[in-house]
This record gives sequence, structure tokens and C-alpha cells, in this order.
Amino acid sequence: MLAFLVQRIGQALLVMFVISVISFAIQDGLGDPLRQMVGQSVSDAEREQLREDLGLNDPFLVQYVRFATNAVQGDLGTSYFYGKPTLDVILEHLPATLELVIAASLMIAFLSVPIGVYAAIRPRAWLSKFFMGVSTVGISIPVFLTAIVLIQLFSIGVTVTWFPSDTGWGQWLNDFFSTDGGMPSYGRGDELTHLFGTWESNFFSGTGLLHLLLPAVSLASIMLPLFIRLIRAEMMEVLQSDYIRYAQAKGVSPRRINFLHALKNTMLPVITVGGVQIGIMVAYTILTETVFQWPGVGLMFLEAITRSDIPLIVAYLMVVGLVFVITNTVVDLVYGLVNPTVKLTGKKA
Amino acid sequence: MKRLLTACVSCLALAGAPMAGSAAEADKELKLAYDADPVTLDIHEQLSGGILQLSHMTFDPLIRWTKDLEFEPRLAKSWERIDDRTMRFHLREGVKFHSGNTLTSEDVKFTFDRLKKSQDFKAIFKPFSELKIVDDTTFDLVTNKPYPLLLNAATYIFPMDKAFYTGEDDNGNDKSAISKQGSTFASRNQSGTGPYVVTSRQQGVKVEFDRFDDYWDTESPGNVGHITLTPIKENNTRVSALLSGGVDFIAPVPPTDLERIKRDPKTDLVTMSGTRIITFQMNQERVEAFKDKRVRQAIAYAVNQEGIAAKIMKGFATPAAQLSPTGYQGHVDSLKPRFDVAKAKELMKEAGYEDGFTITMMAPNNRYVNDDKIAQAVAAMLARINIKVDLKTLPKAQYWPEFDNRAADMMMIGWHADTEDSANFYEFLTMCPDADSGNGQYNAGNYCNPELDKLVDQANVETDLDKRAALLQKVEQGLYDDAAFVPLHWQDLAWASKSNVKIEPILNVMNFPYIGDLVVE
Repeated sequence: MLAFLVQRIGQALLVMFVISVISFAIQDGLGDPLRQMVGQSVSDAEREQLREDLGLNDPFLVQYVRFATNAVQGDLGTSYFYGKPTLDVILEHLPATLELVIAASLMIAFLSVPIGVYAAIRPRAWLSKFFMGVSTVGISIPVFLTAIVLIQLFSIGVTVTWFPSDTGWGQWLNDFFSTDGGMPSYGRGDELTHLFGTWESNFFSGTGLLHLLLPAVSLASIMLPLFIRLIRAEMMEVLQSDYIRYAQAKGVSPRRINFLHALKNTMLPVITVGGVQIGIMVAYTILTETVFQWPGVGLMFLEAITRSDIPLIVAYLMVVGLVFVITNTVVDLVYGLVNPTVKLTGKKA
Repeated sequence: MKRLLTACVSCLALAGAPMAGSAAEADKELKLAYDADPVTLDIHEQLSGGILQLSHMTFDPLIRWTKDLEFEPRLAKSWERIDDRTMRFHLREGVKFHSGNTLTSEDVKFTFDRLKKSQDFKAIFKPFSELKIVDDTTFDLVTNKPYPLLLNAATYIFPMDKAFYTGEDDNGNDKSAISKQGSTFASRNQSGTGPYVVTSRQQGVKVEFDRFDDYWDTESPGNVGHITLTPIKENNTRVSALLSGGVDFIAPVPPTDLERIKRDPKTDLVTMSGTRIITFQMNQERVEAFKDKRVRQAIAYAVNQEGIAAKIMKGFATPAAQLSPTGYQGHVDSLKPRFDVAKAKELMKEAGYEDGFTITMMAPNNRYVNDDKIAQAVAAMLARINIKVDLKTLPKAQYWPEFDNRAADMMMIGWHADTEDSANFYEFLTMCPDADSGNGQYNAGNYCNPELDKLVDQANVETDLDKRAALLQKVEQGLYDDAAFVPLHWQDLAWASKSNVKIEPILNVMNFPYIGDLVVE
């Protein structure tokens, strides 16, 4: 266990190092941050002076060593745009993203397991076929499209006039397909509950939850179909295995077989995949946050790129690298808990 | 689901209800979404649209522009010329800062001196030598030479509270310091004379304002008591926020959504022809053929400005044949876009380039409205006169360094004159490049006509506005005849609001809405 953690910390450091070198190496390609900081009529000479002050004219190695020396002391530089330490900026934006990811993960967890299990137990039921069909569509629609459609349907509202409104049934159908709108379409809303530090939460008020709903659904829409299909496939395979047949022969109740014996073994691969997917979800938040103007790290990162806010870009990449390492470590630990036969060692497999 | 929706709507309505206890005359709430928020609270740190919008909300200028580009007294109630280098201003009496201090000439002088130190603003105040205090409410603005744009520059003087911005902050730093790196006292705190006080600010998330109780302009019809400004960069999201009722006022409105907003009975759209010109420059140092006036003219004849404005900009741009928009002193009414492919081909033949040549072209793809599409269209138009274009479009962050390096034969640039004056266009875009004077800093065509430059210099010290207009118009005509650059269009401006928010009277071509005067029904 200890060896395992030591190995993971070593990995984390290596990841950080590689990311910092790469992001530092590409910074010239990210454009000139000065243009974002000065007005159009500032002369070349003054811009040059500012560039010198910011240390942008130093050779790559000098800049990198300066960065690394500070980074080791916990200082990842100062954002050009925010004028604050990059870590502070990221920590301010992180709660919004985490809450979005948590909300989406909860949705996925609470929907994918029952649906996946049902589809595995009753593969021929029309409802299963319906879920499978919808999930195929779900996988193939990009997240920003889902988001825009959700906004149109639930925030702006749609008035349908396809059917003759002078007849009772036509009016009824029109009403049936029309939506009211009125859901919040951007941001986190005003009613945030302060938890601690810079953490303002959406989870403790009606309006807060309402603001969270559409972005979380959009984000969940990418992963939900994947998990339904994964759980279904795994479950079906487990149901074919000998120990299940034996239990069935023994007359154990189907409910006990399905939810205790089979589900437990189904969840092992799902947890592994889940861990990786949470990391990927952090990446997808960039799209979701942009469409919903959700003030999290994804939106912050995208804007940092358009502003060539290099220190913030580097710091974000390093923090995300760390998040990946941590989630993978936690997943491996959880894996060990669910299936004690898995050994966590420091040795490579 | 229905119930949930209803609940949410009523929640929103509650949130939108006026807050109890605020002043009776200014009790309306306004939710505002711009595409960006001000980068700092220090109005001298950066010269940008966002900062000027903030300045007009939390500070007040000495004088300001009206809708038809006239000057309107604000903190200066009157002004008169003393001699050809001096203008005397009389301040309004009893104007209070947010801190409670009273505005005096000292504050104006402090502000003027600070402007001269600001990297971004000092170019505008270069022609000024000093600000002389006469008494508490009277002061003289003195220029080095006779300067016709004195009042234009005065619109940039938003008096700051001297007492508030003097001394040391908690960290022992000078409170009046201006810095683009890191935070300063002035970038976090404000004390202006304007209609609104910043009550909270999360950069990139939202800024909140409350109406200033002691605001001097009691005649203003403005009745907005509380403002929430949310930056929404994504065009679709900004429009959705308005259509769904999440915000009351948005800017800018993307051209693709104009129809949608016009159709919606609950929203109003206001558009105006803008003053930002979009052009291409032809680099004469990189391409021998561009030195030939006939080739440049051929290109000018080959480009169909009307077509670009109609098709690509969806009518949301004013086709241009010159730099100065209508209303500017240099504007020459007779100059019309000259689109004539036959004539263009003829000129190419005359110049000996009938078979054409190959050039490189660069344009940004996220700086101006539809910039990459415009560049593609121009490239296609040039193909018709046998000029083969190798086009590259880049995000603005990568584009500007390339522009500074003059990295392509034709490069796109858009320009808005900070002084709302034609001479500013010439100084930056068409005068012979000269590192010492800063002239031609953005002249990526390396076009150089000393005679026209001389006229601009003359105009810059000509205080007789009619004579000056004649000089500037001569320059504009000269540039047109020379085909110094390829003018495309002036970008139009658009704002949209809910119908009960009367934005039309407070908008102007400079794009700083006077929100202090906004009426919400």
C-alpha cells in the first residue's frame, strides 16, 4: 500500500514535470500576451519594455528554471489577466467545475445502473430496446449541440404550430410539443450558499439547483449512454457465468442473484472505466462551461488561451494533470476494496 | 416537469423584483451581459471598450459625446478658449465622489497627471503640456501647439478622487500606481463621481453596481438602482440569455441572430453604422508589384465591398471606400466603392501583370466579425484578376505577432480612432512608418506618401475646424487615388434588450452606453 502510494507520487511528479516542459515549450505558439494587456496606440518601444519586465525576452531555459524554482515553492506564477497568483485563480474557479462534475456523475450513477441492469435482465423488453436506441443517438450527438437544444427547449421555449390549432386535438398536440422555457440558460445564479473559503455552492438552494440542471444534463449526456451500454454488456456476461447458473439452480431468489452476486462483479470494470471517464469529463467541462457561461476552470482555461495568459495555462494543465493522477489512484484503491483479491503493490505488472 | 418549470419561473421573478429599501426614483434592476468584463477597476490601466464602458458607469468625464458626435457638458459645466493653446474649463459645483469628498480642480489635475503617466492613455495626451489650476472650480488645459482635438481628448478625462488615490495601501504600495502586472490599489478600489458604485466584483464572473445616492446629475431620467454585469463571451449563449429572459440587455448582438431578435416581440434591437473600419494592407516592401499604383488600384477595383457587406456580413456593415466614416471631418462623401472587374483586369494588363502573380495573405479568425470569411472572399475576388492568394487565418493571439512582423503580403486590420477623428486613422495606418514619432505603427503596407503626411501634420495644428476638415478630406482623397489600402467596410454595432428597457436613447456610435440615463419601465 505504502509502496503503491510512493510510486504514484513519483508518477505525479513526473507528469507535472513533463506537462510543465511541454506547456513551456509551446508558449511561443500561444501568441503574444502583450496585445491583450495594452491598447492599440501603445508604441512598440513600450511594449518591448513591458515584455522585458515580464521576463518574456529571456531564453527558454532561463524562463523555465525561474518558473520551476518558484513552482517547487508552491508559486505557479501570476496570471496576466487576473493579476493574481494562478493557483488562487484556479482554486476560485474550481468549485464551480467540481460541482458540475459531481452533479453529472450523480446523474450518471443513479441512471446508468438501474437502466443498464434492467436492459441486461430483460434484453428483449421494448423498454430496453428503447433505452439502447436512445443511447446510440446520445453517444453520437456532440455535447455542445445537446446544450444548445436544451437551452432552446427549456430556457427560451418552443411554440409549436404544426397542427391545426382550431381543432381540439390539434391544439392539444401543439401544446404537447411546445415548451414553456424559463429555465436559467447561463451562469450559476445569485443564490449561492457559501461553504468555506472560496467555495460557493449551488447544491443548497432551489435556484442554485435549477441553474445546475441544464449544464449537468449536457455534461452527463456524453457519458450516460456509454455507462448504460457498458453495464448492460458486463452484466449480461456475468449472468452467463457458472456461479450464477449454480445459484439459479440452487434456487436463490432472482433478485438476490441479480443485485448481490451479479451486480457486484459487474461493477469492477465499470469502476475502472469510470475513473478514467471522470478525468475525461473534466476535459468536457470546457465545452459545457463555454456554452452555459459556467464560471469554472474549463471556461477560465479557454479564455486564458484566447488571451495567451501563459502562466494560467501552464498552471491549469498542471492542476488537471494532478487531478488525473489522484483520480486514478483513488480508483485503484476503491478497486481493491470492492475486490480484495486485487493486490496493490509498488511493482509494475 | 411543468410544475418544476413554473416554480423556476416564479423564483426568477422573485429574484428580479426590486429590492426593498432602495431609493424610490432609482429602484429598477438591470441584468447586463457584454462579451467581456472590464479587466480592472483602474480606468487608466488599459484603453479598451470595456474600460471606457466602466468609466462611464462609475466615473463621469468632463464632457462627453452626444449621439450626433457633439460635445455635451458633464462635470465641466462650460469651457471657453483663452488663446490658441489654452482652453479654460469651469467645473460643476458640489459634485461628490463616492468617498464623500468634493470634486475640485486639484482632482482634475491629479487625473490629468496620471493620464500622462499611463502607458495606454499618454498617446492621447501627448499634445498637452499642462493643466493649470486657476481656482477650486476653474482650470486651464494647455497644449504644446495649437491643438484642434483638445475637446476630443477631454472626453477621456474622468476625474479621479485625489485624496482617495493618494498615500500608501496596506502593503505599503503607492495608491496611485498604475501597473499592468499584478494588482494595485486602483485596480481593486474605486472612487468616482459616476452614477454607479461597484459593490462586488468577481473577474470573469460578474460585477455588481448600486446607484450612487449622492449622484450629482439629479436631472437624469435614469431609474436603474442595481446592475449585474455578466460577461458572456459565447455569442449563442448571450443571445439565449436575452431570449430566455435571463438578462435585460446584451451587446454585441452577432449578425447571425439579428433576425431572431427582431422577430421576438419581447425584445428590441438597436443597430447603428459603426466607426471601426476593416481594411487590407498591401505590403510594398514584400511585393514589387504593389509599388505600382495601377496594381493597387486593380485590387481596389477587384474587391466587391457591397457584396461582402450584403452576403457575408448579412447587411450588417456599411461598405467603405475610405477610412473616415460619415460624421468624421475627413469623410469625403463622393468616394464610393469602385467594384469593376473589367477595369481591374485592364489595369493589371497596363501594369504588365496580365498573367498575375502569387501573394500570401493573413487575417485573424476571431477578432473582427466574420474576419476569416471576409478574407476568403477577398482571396476569391483577387483570383479573378489572376492574383493567386495563399491565405492563412489565425486566432488573434497568434495573429498580432505576425502582424507586427509584417509576415504576409496582404494583412487585415480593423481600426477605431480613439479620438473619434480622421487624423488618428492616418497616423497609425497610412503615414510613412517612423519608429521615433510612432507614425505608421500599424502601416503593414509600408505605404508612404510624404505629401499626404505633411497635410496630416498641418491638420493636427489647425484649430479652424473648417480648414482642418478640408485638409483631412484632401488626405482621404489622396489615399483613395493612390489606392493606398483596400477598404472593406465599417462594422455596424448592435445592442438588444427586453422591450421594457429603453436602450435606444442611451446608445452611441462609440459603444459606451450611458447607463446612468437608462430608463426601465
